[in-house]
Amino acid sequence: MAEGPKFDQIAYYTHDDLLKFDYRPPATGWMDIPANLRPGTWIYPGKPKHLEYLDLPNPRAWSPADEDWKLPENWKEIVSNGIRERLDKYRSFRVFMDICVRCGACADKCHFYIGGGDPKNMPVLRAELLRSVYRNDFTTAGKTLGRLAGGRPLTVGVIKEWFHYFFQCTECRRCSVFCPYGIDTAEITMMGRELLGLLGIYVNWIIEPAANCFRTGNHLGIQPHGLKDTLSFFADDIEEATGVRIDVPMNKKGAEILFVTPSGDFLADPGIYTCMGYLILFHELGLNYTWSTYASEGGNFGLFTSHEMIKRLNAKIYAEAKRLNVKWVLGGECGHMWRVLHQYMDTMNGPADHLQVPVSPITGTRFEHARSTKMIHIMEFTADLIKHGKLKLDPSRNDRLRVTFHDSCNTARAMGILEEPRYVLKNVCNSFFDMPENTIREKTFCCGGGAGLGTDENMEMRLRGGLPRGNAVQYVHERHGVNRLAAMCAIDRATLSTVCEYWAPKVKVMGIHELVANALVMKGEKKRELNLRLQPVDETEE
Amino acid sequence: MNVVLPFFAVLALILAGYVGVKVLDLKFLFGVLLPYAAIAVFIGGFVYRIVRWAKSPVPFRIPTTCGQQKSLDWIESDRLDNPHDTKGVIARMALEILFFRSLFRNTKTEIKDGPKVVYGPNLWLWAAALAFHYSFLTIFVRHLRFFTEPVPMLVGLLNEADGFFQVGVPPVMVTSLVILGALGFLLLRRLFTPQIRYISLAADYFPLFLIIGIAGTGVLLRHFVRTDIVGVKELAMGLVSFKPAIPQGVHWLFYVHLLLVTTLIAYFPWSKLMHMGGVFLSPTRNLANNNRMVRHVNPWNGPVKVHTYEEYEDDFREKMKAAGLPVDKE
Repeated sequence: MAEGPKFDQIAYYTHDDLLKFDYRPPATGWMDIPANLRPGTWIYPGKPKHLEYLDLPNPRAWSPADEDWKLPENWKEIVSNGIRERLDKYRSFRVFMDICVRCGACADKCHFYIGGGDPKNMPVLRAELLRSVYRNDFTTAGKTLGRLAGGRPLTVGVIKEWFHYFFQCTECRRCSVFCPYGIDTAEITMMGRELLGLLGIYVNWIIEPAANCFRTGNHLGIQPHGLKDTLSFFADDIEEATGVRIDVPMNKKGAEILFVTPSGDFLADPGIYTCMGYLILFHELGLNYTWSTYASEGGNFGLFTSHEMIKRLNAKIYAEAKRLNVKWVLGGECGHMWRVLHQYMDTMNGPADHLQVPVSPITGTRFEHARSTKMIHIMEFTADLIKHGKLKLDPSRNDRLRVTFHDSCNTARAMGILEEPRYVLKNVCNSFFDMPENTIREKTFCCGGGAGLGTDENMEMRLRGGLPRGNAVQYVHERHGVNRLAAMCAIDRATLSTVCEYWAPKVKVMGIHELVANALVMKGEKKRELNLRLQPVDETEE
Repeated sequence: MNVVLPFFAVLALILAGYVGVKVLDLKFLFGVLLPYAAIAVFIGGFVYRIVRWAKSPVPFRIPTTCGQQKSLDWIESDRLDNPHDTKGVIARMALEILFFRSLFRNTKTEIKDGPKVVYGPNLWLWAAALAFHYSFLTIFVRHLRFFTEPVPMLVGLLNEADGFFQVGVPPVMVTSLVILGALGFLLLRRLFTPQIRYISLAADYFPLFLIIGIAGTGVLLRHFVRTDIVGVKELAMGLVSFKPAIPQGVHWLFYVHLLLVTTLIAYFPWSKLMHMGGVFLSPTRNLANNNRMVRHVNPWNGPVKVHTYEEYEDDFREKMKAAGLPVDKE
């Protein structure tokens, strides 16, 4: 007898089953409802070898499904000290613990709440999970009045609940747009995850890539020779599609520009086509640039682990830029990578005085807005090229595609790069349609798999969290015949493929530089009959 | 419990004021000692809380950006919702604090059959919050007429403006009605919207009941009990000039009103009402998104363990050489 689909496959979930909820909370108060760790809603724990490699505490084999999580004996003291330390180190944490008035404006802004109705996915309650313990142990009112003051003691049950819900937050910051005090749940979740980390509670889907990245330079664990092979394969495919043989400069000292992109672009469909897009663009420009095997990861799963881990993994970029003696750094299409590069890198690992203010060698544009970090986003670079007429583009080669654009959470709400990608898209394809206003730009919805949640054993939550995005995609599909969702984020390209398959099945996902490269008229190219996916250019999409 | 206890706590305060003044005649305690103590607690507590927040550093510059960044010259940046300089930040904060900009974005999410996720405007909370805060401010300012002699022109004008409908003697103040309406809405919303009810704590109901009590007793004093205003002013002037004296003929209800205000003042620094100070310190709002232009310094930035290039090359040198990748050490 054939086995039915499993909880880590989308076929396991019917729309009707998933949508069987309403937003009315249960009669029981939330403090009295223990975490319900059912399969499909949590992620496998970090394997001991990865924790050991990164010198993280309490490496052991365990499972969230077990009664005993094998916490260190003095776990309560560890968490308590951890909270105190973070209250003293982060004003954000201390202020956000104190000033929430529970107005509820954030409640229905979270994609997990919208798609699941679990009240603990209301951002306010997610924060209260931690705030209740803070009040109980760190405020006079909580110490004296306890529950009446919204406090509750720290128990193993609370730790399990934290694990469940701080790994049901993608740190997308949508709620912080709506909060009248700017309370940022990403900040709360980051603290919550750091506290769990002190007890050795990590998820493998985050900590294995972090360990890989530490050792090999990238999350996927691709070793230097492997990366060289991968990029050579791309060059072969590019030659087949375009007739042009391109160079792949690697670890080249004295290059002008170091290019760093998320390693997701090296491996999985459709990210690899984005990567080919970069290669084609750089070749066509004759750019004096280099890839690095050591800094072969722009993404940073440290962001989903701890501030310390962000810094440990991010250090490679400036270090490699210095070793290779480049002038400045160019970054590829990625979401959380850009939160780190934009909001953390310079503070953590700068100042990058060995670099120069980025100047486009093609247009001469001086990117003053990156004068301190010396790193710009490829969408800024390409938009500038197009504006100056430096690219010969034939957007009709993308005519079989009707495109919409997904603003990635971090680039939208921790940076604000909204117009550059739209400008590029409108120049490389003829049919572009934005999704509804409440689902784009600063109000964009997460793919449901960001912040290290994009793994299959978490499928139920990914599909729930993907509902608002998937539904907006389906809307433009029905209204405008959209069949492609462009995204400038490696996690998006992977997770939105699943979300679309489930909620908007006629729409496929692609990176922006795939579209750019398809439209780019290259010197010496043959008649472009195949796109980068090696499909006929003039064939219409189904 | 979360609703009932705060409600009875406020009732108990009212009763305490009545018994204390009417029965036990503790006017000096309720009229002078407690208000002074409350003011001291307020100032001390407020400063303590702000200092405590301010003592924690801001290690990273983490504004939530709600508009286009400043990048290329020909792309217009959103200076208000994504400010890149101090001027922009001040404007953003002003919009936030004076007009509740973020709350103005509020939407209501519903799922219709299909499924279709739909987002509708939802400005009730914004409107009620704005109405409440501004009427509270107006009422606060117009009460300054009790504490000043001569009364500043602005306070006098505000009193006249607030009563411009000229209904009743003394005229009904617009803000008296607005604040009670707004408070009523905020309370009913908390009680009857299931999600909001679910997240609400006693600490959310208590200030609501307390301020409703204050506004209610205030209206009673002005329009129904008609206490001796001259006596009230005498008391107030005595307090601010540090020559406290208890006047005769002031109605006991006034002392209840005063006790509730006293409670609010003393409670303020220890409660969620401190969002008034905290909003200024919120790092997602009060920082410019100029991260790549100007380096932000983290005072506790320390060394971490990294995997250096040398260690990396040691790990992979042979493979790199075999693949034809350049190495630093042969």
